[in-house]
This record gives sequence, structure tokens and C-alpha cells, in this order.
Amino acid sequence: MSTYAQKKGFGATIWDYLTTVDHKKIAILYLIAGGLFFVVGGLEAVFIRIQLAVPNNDFVSAGLFNEIITMHGTTMIFLAAMPLVFAFMNAVMPLQIGARDVAFPFVNALGFWLFFFGGVFLNLSWFFDGAPDAGWTSYASLAMASKGHGVDFYVLGLQISGLGTLIGGINFLVTIINMRAPGMTYMRMPLFTWTTFVTSALILFAFPPLTVGLVLMMFDRMFGSNFFVTTMGGNTVIWEHLFWIFGHPEVYILILPAFGIFSEIFPIFSRKRLFGYSSMVFATVLIGFLGFMVWAHHMFTTGLGPVANAIFAVATMAIGVPTGIKIFNWLLTIWGGSVKFTTPMHWALAFIPSFLAGGVTGVMLAAAAADYQYHDTYFVVAHFHYVIVGGVVFAIFAGTHLYWPKMFGTMLSETLGKITFWLFFIGFHMTFFIQHFLGLWGMPRRVFTYLPGQGFETSNLISSIGAAFMSLAVIVLLYNIIMTSVKNVKVGNDPWGDGRTLEWSLPSPPPFYNFKQLPLVRGLDAYWLEKMDGKKGMTPAEPLGDIHMPNSSILPFVIAFGLFVAAFGALFNMDDKAWSVPVLIIGLLITFGAMFLRSVKDDHGFHIHKEELIDDEDKGVKA
Amino acid sequence: MHAEDKLTYETWPAEPEKSTLEAKNKFLGFWFFLGGETVLFASLFATYLALKDKVPDSTHTLAKDLYDLPLTFVATMLLLTSSLTSVYAMYHMKNFNAKKMNLWLVLTLLLGLAFLGLEIYEFNHYVHEYHHTFRSSAFGSAFYTLVGFHGAHVAFGLLWITTLIIRNTKRGLDLYNAPKFYVASLYWHFIDVVWVFIFTVVYLMGMVG
Repeated sequence: MSTYAQKKGFGATIWDYLTTVDHKKIAILYLIAGGLFFVVGGLEAVFIRIQLAVPNNDFVSAGLFNEIITMHGTTMIFLAAMPLVFAFMNAVMPLQIGARDVAFPFVNALGFWLFFFGGVFLNLSWFFDGAPDAGWTSYASLAMASKGHGVDFYVLGLQISGLGTLIGGINFLVTIINMRAPGMTYMRMPLFTWTTFVTSALILFAFPPLTVGLVLMMFDRMFGSNFFVTTMGGNTVIWEHLFWIFGHPEVYILILPAFGIFSEIFPIFSRKRLFGYSSMVFATVLIGFLGFMVWAHHMFTTGLGPVANAIFAVATMAIGVPTGIKIFNWLLTIWGGSVKFTTPMHWALAFIPSFLAGGVTGVMLAAAAADYQYHDTYFVVAHFHYVIVGGVVFAIFAGTHLYWPKMFGTMLSETLGKITFWLFFIGFHMTFFIQHFLGLWGMPRRVFTYLPGQGFETSNLISSIGAAFMSLAVIVLLYNIIMTSVKNVKVGNDPWGDGRTLEWSLPSPPPFYNFKQLPLVRGLDAYWLEKMDGKKGMTPAEPLGDIHMPNSSILPFVIAFGLFVAAFGALFNMDDKAWSVPVLIIGLLITFGAMFLRSVKDDHGFHIHKEELIDDEDKGVKA
Repeated sequence: MHAEDKLTYETWPAEPEKSTLEAKNKFLGFWFFLGGETVLFASLFATYLALKDKVPDSTHTLAKDLYDLPLTFVATMLLLTSSLTSVYAMYHMKNFNAKKMNLWLVLTLLLGLAFLGLEIYEFNHYVHEYHHTFRSSAFGSAFYTLVGFHGAHVAFGLLWITTLIIRNTKRGLDLYNAPKFYVASLYWHFIDVVWVFIFTVVYLMGMVG
């Protein structure tokens, strides 16, 4: 069936991506959509820095500034960082464990489309009387008082995209438990697979509290309930708890896959196995566990009392221990290695001191008494940008360069990659280092301007110039992507030359069934072991046979689209618009109708026959 | 084994709910889903406990004057029995007896429907006799959200099992739909367990103050 190799028209390609259930194509969708939202969130960041570059600036109004900071935070966390991390999980994890796809390919596609429509819905708020303006944390006391529909867009948009993330998490958990290749024991799984595993568990237990929080706020704002209305007996602190029971694990959901990517990069480019593999696994699980024990450190000033503050302060500091284990293991992986300074390695090396700085300010903030001083100042802004940009965004850049050949079959330019790195690295520290001091000098966060003569002018200007460097870096990366896509020089299985794990034993990009024969895994760094034994590829663990594959389907798109329509109905129902209830009902009918169709239809998938696989080999066909 | 295989009583495996890879995935994935649902209900329980008896003024009815234990006891018995009938249904599923499985599933549905009817009666009673509504106080909002979420889960379960029965009446049992029946019964047990907690935390603890 060499039809896979034929050139497809533009329309056919679009249809292919709308209906795909292939984890590699879904990864590309996540990468594109996440990249798009990353640019949107980045533009919002640039607007923030322009407004704050000089005192008494009137580039944007105070109200618009609130909308921009809210959308910057929400977009970057939910619509940029998470999907970009999901892109790499989808692209790499099934290959790393030697699987032909994820456990639920249909659900995988559904997860993407839910995220996508939720994100689009949230961003459409700009075109309907205003974006959300109560901060990305949307504290109830503020959010309930917010005029217009901004907060309603936040509530419904995050609800839809959150569902997508949740089912994605379940999918990865089952995939890793049930679909590992013969010989791939838990303690032979690559670190990125391990972090995906722990992250998915965190998603499973962290997202339901957010769902409940959003439901309560939706009921309060749209259906007249009183959860957060204090005059009716309500309590706004409930939102703070629910949000942070989700919100703190969320930062580990972001950073653990980042750790995973760096744990792949260090061994590859130091050409040495990861130091202390089992302690890395242990530290990952421990961070995941402790991540649920520390949410109230975001609420030290809420007034929970000294006992609660003390407990949460100590628990928070305890997280420094497993994280420290990781830092030392990475350092010792490089130690004595034969280091290649490629673009991914640049990001990885820069990550260690940058992230460490964020970790150290984290321990400072964990001291509850001191936190009363730092709270709501630029010190906090500096801290979380050091961990999230210095950790997660660095990892996303590193992962983009590292896995680009595996996803697209062509290498990004190393020269341009290093230019991107230096521009971003300098810009990042320029923007955020000075913000520690701004915070300590007393500049509060989330203010739309400041007065001259308070000592904030020079530092803010430096910070804004740094943002320009980061913007330039992103433009260079986009240029790099376009140029390499145009040139499209094809590469082989192992373009970096030192790949250690199973994904590098496959063609770039891999055929749509990934493994013609499932590989036999003989130890940690399975592919490296075979190379060291002088073999060209993996030893197969099964004879060549028929492969069972799932059918493509448009239903995931339709299910998600129905919720998107229904959300408009729910939102405008507040204004007593006559069309709102029919729209709500039509939307839900689309969703449940598509779900019903999915349930009653027989869908056994199809088989690729042995003969076609042999044909593919002869022709060197790629998916 | 493959999902498309035509099986007889003799070849029917001991654990049809996890005899193919797809089935194993579904089985495990559903357990994880229930893990997430547990956290969802835990959050709702926490919200309810925080807002129990939180009303704007003394004219509002509080938990101990509101709840009616005999009614809730009947509802509890109905739902617990429906869990038992769904166990019988799964027993017959494992013995490749689609007819008897369907019979017990229909019984499960009827018991679930009766439970839902009692819940609707109960809500209606509170609204009209006590003016305890979704909008009357934070207590009301929390009560109707927690118990209502459970009720919505029961309603969804009824629709789900009904669809399964109708869809598979002609097809009979195979390795493609056996796991579907199995996870539906898992779901049904789960909403039963949640109800046991609602009965304890909301109604029993509501009566003692």
C-alpha cells in the first residue's frame, strides 16, 4: 500500500490532520497550536514591558493592562507551555517505549481538539467586550466583581481545554503501563518517559480540583449560586484552595517533562550514560508526590495561621532535596564526558544555573515569615519566570532543536540555533534578574504604571530591553524553521550521531506504524547498547506480521467543536439573549451526538499486511 | 485474541474484560478515570463541608431540620441493590450469557431510575416546603451541587447502560463489547460508593449537627 507515499493535495493534507489519530501527527498539531499561542502570549508580554518601560506611560490603559497580564499568564501556562510539552510527549514517548501508538489514539486526538477549541474560545474574548482581567489565578473576590464577559471566557475556555489535558494524562499513563516493548522494564525506561509518567499522574489528580473550582465560578457567575458570595454565606478562600491544589502540581506538570528533556540531552551530548539513573527516577516520583503537599505556600498571607504556614513552609523546602539530587546528577553526567556543544546542549547547560537561581529564590519564598515581605512584589515575578522560563521554556527550545529531525526529518540550522540561544539567554537574564531587586525595593506586581523618582526607572527600562532580545530570538527561530523547511535536507535515523534511546533507531520521521517489528530491549539506553555491540539497529522481538492500526476519525474534532458552540450559548445566556439557549442546546447535541455515534459504531481499525510491510522496506517509504 | 473473533461458550475466556490489548487499555484507563473522579468528588465534598449551614440569616433552614432520613434510607437501599444486580449481570457476562446479563442490567436500570425519582422528589420537597434552593444560600448551592453532580452521574449511567443494551441486543457478546459492559458496571459501582459517602457525610452527619 504505497499510497502513503503519494504526494497529497493541500485539502487532503488538511483533512488528514483534522482526522488523524496518529500520535506523531497529533504531536505536530500540538507543536503548531502551542507555538501559535506562545507567540500570542509573547506579544502580550512585549506589551507589558513597553507599558512599564518608562514611568507614567500611557501605551495601554489600566483596564487593558489587567486584561493583558491575565491573558499573558493564562495563555503561557495553559495554551503554550502545556501543549508544547504535550507535543514532545506525543512525539517521543511512544517511540521511547517501543510502542506503535498510544493506548487510546481516538482519545489522544480528542484531547488535542478540546485543548485547541478551549484556547481559541478563551482568546476570542478579545473580540467580545474584553478579555479576562482578574489575573491568571482569577481569585474569586476579584473575579466575581469583574464586569463584562472576560472571566466567563476564562472559566469556560479553561474548562474545555482542561478536559483535553485530563484525558491526555490518562492516555499516557495507560500507554506507559500497558504498551512497553518486550524487555522495556520500568527501570529501563528513558527519563523522559518516566517524567511523562509522573506528570500524567499529576494531571490526573490535579485537574479535577480545577474543574470543580471552574464549575463553582461558572455557577456563581452564570446561574446565580452563592459559593463565593460572602453575604449569602459563601467563602472566597475555597477558590484559593481549589485553584492552588491544582495550581501547584501544575508547575510540576510543566517542569518535570522539562527535566525529562534535559535528562535526555545531557547523556546524548556528553556521550555518557545518565549519572544516578535510579536516583533520578526516585527524585522524579518524590517531587511528584511532594507537589501535592505544598499548595498553601501560595496562600501564606491569606491568614491560615502560623501552624498551617509552618507545615507548608517545611514541606516546600523539602522539595529542594530531590531537585538538588537532580542538579548534581546532571552535573556528574557532564563530568568527564566527551561534550559536544550543540544547540540543545547550550540550552541544557544554561538551564542549570538559571533554574537553580529560581530554585534558590523559591526556598527564600518558602520561608513563610519572609514571604510576607516578598508577597505580591516583583520578587515573586522574577522567581516564577526564572523557574518557568529558565526551566520549561529553555526545555521547549532545547526539545524543539533536539527532536525537530525526528518529527520532520530535517535538521534546524545549528548556527541560527546558537544565535537564538544567545539572544534569548541574554534577554532572559536582562529582563528578569533585575526584577528580583525591583521587588525587594518595593515595586508591587500587577501595577499598570509607577511614578518617577522612586528608583524604579532604570531597572524597568533594562528589563524592557531584555524583552526585545527575547523577541528577536523567537524571530530568529521562526526564520530558522522556515529556512530549514524550505531546504528540507533529509536526515537518517540518528542525526545527532549519539542517540541512546529507541526513537533514534527509527527513520526520521518514523513510518506511521513506528516499529515494523517490536524491538527487544536489553537494558537502559537500548539503542546505544546495540550500537556498542557493533549492530546497526535493534534486534526484533517478534517475527514480521500483520500490524493492527486504528482508523482515522473526524469525530474528535466534532465533539470538541460542539462544546465550543455550547460555551457561547452558556456565556451569553447571562444577557438574556433569545438565541443563547438554542445555541447551548445545539452545541451539546453536536457533542453528545458525536459521542453517541462513536459508541454505537463498530470501529475495529484495520490491519497492515505483512506483504505491504516488506514492500515498504524495498521502496524506503515514509509515512 | 482479537476483538473480531467469533467466540462460543467453550472458547469464551475467563476474563473477557481484559483479554485483548484494547480491552486491557480500556480496563486500566477507566480505573484511572475513576481516580480522577474521586478527586473531583473529594473537592465537592470539601466545598460542601466548608459551606454547610452557611446561610445569610436565621430564617433559612439548616441541615438538621431539613434532611429526612427514612427517605434517604430507601434511596440508599435502592442504589445499593442496583450495585448487586449489576454484579449479577457481570457474572452472566463472564459466563457468555447475554440474555441473562441484559435482564440483570435492566433491573439495575429500573433501580437506578427509582433512585433518581426519589432524588427529584426530595429536591422538589426542599424547594417548596423549606425554600432551600440553589440560589437561596451558599449552603443551598453547595448541597445541590454535590448531590446534583452525583444525580447527574446516575442519569448519565442510565443513558450509557441503556445505549449499551440496545446496541448489543442483536450482536450478542464478543470481546469488543464485553469490556464496554464491564467498565459501565465499574462506573455504576463507583457512583454507588460516592453515594455511600454522601449518605454519611451529608445526611448522617447533617442529622447529628
